[in-house]
Amino acid sequence: MTTPTPTSALAPVGPLSLHGLSVEGVNQCVHCGLCLAYCPTFSELGTEMDSPRGRIFTIKSLAEGRMALSDSAVRHLSLCLDCRACETVCPAGVPYGRLIEAAKAEIERQKPGALSRRLFRWLNFGLLLGHPRLLALAAAGARLYQTSGLQRLVRTSGLVRLLPGTLPAWEALLPPVPSKADRVAPPRTTLAAPPRRARVALLTGCIQAVVFGAHNRATARVLARNGCDVLVPEGQGCCGALNAHGGDHARAQAMARETIETFEAVPADFVIVNTSGCGAHMKAYGHLLADDPAYAERAKRFAATVRDVAEFLAQEPLRGPLQAVTLTCTYHDPCHVVHGQKIKSEPRRLLAQIPGLRVVELPESDWCCGSAGIYNLTQPEMATRLLHRKVGHVLETGAEAVVTANPGCILQIQAGLGAHQSGVRVLHLVEILDRAYGGGA
Amino acid sequence: MATLTDSRKRELRRELETLVGPGAVLSDPDELLVYESDGLTLFRALADFVVFPTSAEHVSAIVKLAHRERLPFVARGAGTGLSGGCLPAEGGVVISLMRMNRVLEVDYANQIAVVEPGLVNLHLSWNVGPRGYYYAPDPSSQQACTIGGNIANNSGGPHTLKYGVTTNHVLGLQVVMPDGEIVWLGDRTRDAQGYDLAGVFVGSEGTFGIATQIVVRILKKPQAVKTVLAVFDQIDSASAAVSAVIARGLVPAAMEMIDHLTIQAVEDAFNCGYPRDADAALLIELDGLAVGMEAQAERIVEACRDAGARETRTAKSEAERQLLWKGRKSAFGAYGRVSPAYMVMDGVIPRTKLPYVLSRVNEIVAAHGLRVGNVFHAGDGNLHPNILYDPRKPGEEERVVAAGAEIMKVCAAVGGSISGEHGIGLEKADFMPFIFSAADLSLMQRLKSAFNPTGLCNPGKIFPTKKSCVEVGPVAYRPHAIEEKGLAQRF
Repeated sequence: MTTPTPTSALAPVGPLSLHGLSVEGVNQCVHCGLCLAYCPTFSELGTEMDSPRGRIFTIKSLAEGRMALSDSAVRHLSLCLDCRACETVCPAGVPYGRLIEAAKAEIERQKPGALSRRLFRWLNFGLLLGHPRLLALAAAGARLYQTSGLQRLVRTSGLVRLLPGTLPAWEALLPPVPSKADRVAPPRTTLAAPPRRARVALLTGCIQAVVFGAHNRATARVLARNGCDVLVPEGQGCCGALNAHGGDHARAQAMARETIETFEAVPADFVIVNTSGCGAHMKAYGHLLADDPAYAERAKRFAATVRDVAEFLAQEPLRGPLQAVTLTCTYHDPCHVVHGQKIKSEPRRLLAQIPGLRVVELPESDWCCGSAGIYNLTQPEMATRLLHRKVGHVLETGAEAVVTANPGCILQIQAGLGAHQSGVRVLHLVEILDRAYGGGA
Repeated sequence: MATLTDSRKRELRRELETLVGPGAVLSDPDELLVYESDGLTLFRALADFVVFPTSAEHVSAIVKLAHRERLPFVARGAGTGLSGGCLPAEGGVVISLMRMNRVLEVDYANQIAVVEPGLVNLHLSWNVGPRGYYYAPDPSSQQACTIGGNIANNSGGPHTLKYGVTTNHVLGLQVVMPDGEIVWLGDRTRDAQGYDLAGVFVGSEGTFGIATQIVVRILKKPQAVKTVLAVFDQIDSASAAVSAVIARGLVPAAMEMIDHLTIQAVEDAFNCGYPRDADAALLIELDGLAVGMEAQAERIVEACRDAGARETRTAKSEAERQLLWKGRKSAFGAYGRVSPAYMVMDGVIPRTKLPYVLSRVNEIVAAHGLRVGNVFHAGDGNLHPNILYDPRKPGEEERVVAAGAEIMKVCAAVGGSISGEHGIGLEKADFMPFIFSAADLSLMQRLKSAFNPTGLCNPGKIFPTKKSCVEVGPVAYRPHAIEEKGLAQRF
């Protein structure tokens, strides 16, 4: 029989860290549990190891040395979407995103997994995301694979089942790559429609640039219509968000330094981002590079200029004239816009200004759709459960389109709606704004 | 922990899995670790298994197995409790009800809902909200805590002042008894026949069995709501205002006090609109018919001003009202902004003793070299002094426990009680003799034995342990030899 014992027996004094990455934030958690019902994985499973409070406790136990990084700990920590819904409701202000990123980095350090997994990560995080030219080449290859009929052959012949490791899942989620003409970047400079409000630099992103180049061009047009000179810095690469979320800390830092340098070379008041994870991550560069004396101050300064496109545009009423867009739509909040950057009313305020557009609220609009960076590749089962939940809510609304603001969400929800043979379309917020301005024509 | 050999444990795990399915049993020590505490981290205890049933039949089967193996068992909801009530104090099986979270039936015409115990309190109101109904008991943790946990603790909340506590809203329950039998206590109407067994069950802190279905009342949302914030430069004036409002014959739906330190924490958390320079604020809510509400609000404002409020203001929009409530209801968690841990006390006192008791609380905590934040149901006289501490500093935990005991003694001495709504659990078991005589406790023990003769159902709770000064330790039931042979039976 065990008598319950006070907690102090095992808790050491001093800052807690996992291999140099601070997790001192775990001590802000007072175990109230108010986060539980807002965590998608806990809601699905009901197991506290898969809740924010449970994960914080696990990270704390790892840092205190009460627990080793066992396979089960890896499993539960890896199942976290990093959607940060728990941060929005946490009264204690636990910096959960930082904690889980530190934990994921620790997993990579201690348990990088089988060779195939490491190869897969290196291919994505090291090679493709780090080198825009290679990514462009891969996109061209993917385009050829998709348009030549090879993809159809692989899928219909059952060849796909013979692919090793996670490749079949990866193949299934390979986004349709648009034609080369459609992958073209926005002009280096788009001049503001007068009167001029600001000069901004646009992040065109990595995946975004090759899969949704059209969204970048639309963003530039909409910003210009709203008084911005839009500059697109040349040679920009990936901001490193996917690396950071995936536990690839060192490369994430390197990519952050490169991004800061690229954007510092351009004389802009703000850096505008139209993808959710990138915006949230770039706003946190100050923290990411806090221990780098050469970059700490620069990172902080840079981070202060980063704005999500909706956040920026909603500061003023949209400039007219706006054409009617006759459509019933609903809005899905990307996690790293709503939870990562606390931007909730802004996109709704923008949509409300478009004539003819009817907006219906989406139940659980701020719940993760399961995309979560590369989560749908690494945790397909949970991703699918969350996608079904999301699609169910979308269909309940009766909307003709889902508006959102992140490439991952768009692809994921599109795939989910496709599986339901639904005709509901998925649009980026800037696409619908662009349409109200007459589009690219 | 119950003494099980590794091989026996593996066998039992396999048997549990055949009962509830694979993926519904935990026995890995790393996984059990996150279940070692509830919302009160002062206590921890490890289970041998955590099991996730999805039906009453599952619960019954698990309980029967535990009964056969003489393994202690305890039900757990969201684990937001504040008295260690759902901790496996003696090891054994934790029965998590989080996968039993459905609304089974809503009968709007008769204003009842039938729900499963793992349903989150607020989710019931969300479910019936579109039709204009809600579930009245609103513990501050209602966004996460479960109806089952509310049943165990007979939970209250800010609106308890007007609407009563959980027991006033529960009509009947399907219960798995500690021997695994499934029974119904109470009914679907308010006039159940015979002993009020549903009433006995509610608030029994999981020691009488496990509720698997609950029939609750749902209420029509009030026609009008008005929320007033009264701001005070002296916490004593705020205490006086509470009594003054009630003395004028006014019964608000809620009347909450929030003190200076707590205001800092919740403002840091959510910018709710509480003035940071106030010594205390009262959050007062009126609800009901629109007619006459304005006049009532004016009388309340007048009472507050007469008591010394420097400012009163009314929430101008639903958003402003929600934000004030968000601050109030998140206050415990918000202490994480100012302290790595806290222990909340749950004393109840006569309203008129508020100024005296609050000043005693401050003195006691200061004498122990600690800080305290107060946020509580002032209208009910249900105090929540939150003693802030750092578990990493040697000796602080012991000082917290000592200060807590002194505060409880003060509450008892002014004619109050040691728990309003959080339950006795592990935390306050040794305080029971402050308010109950040995005879009282022995009567309660006999009632417990009637439901839970083996003592396997949530052991170690409510009753003082043997180390406490009064010797009224739980007397575990042991069947007589002739009972074991089946020659006699106890009723």
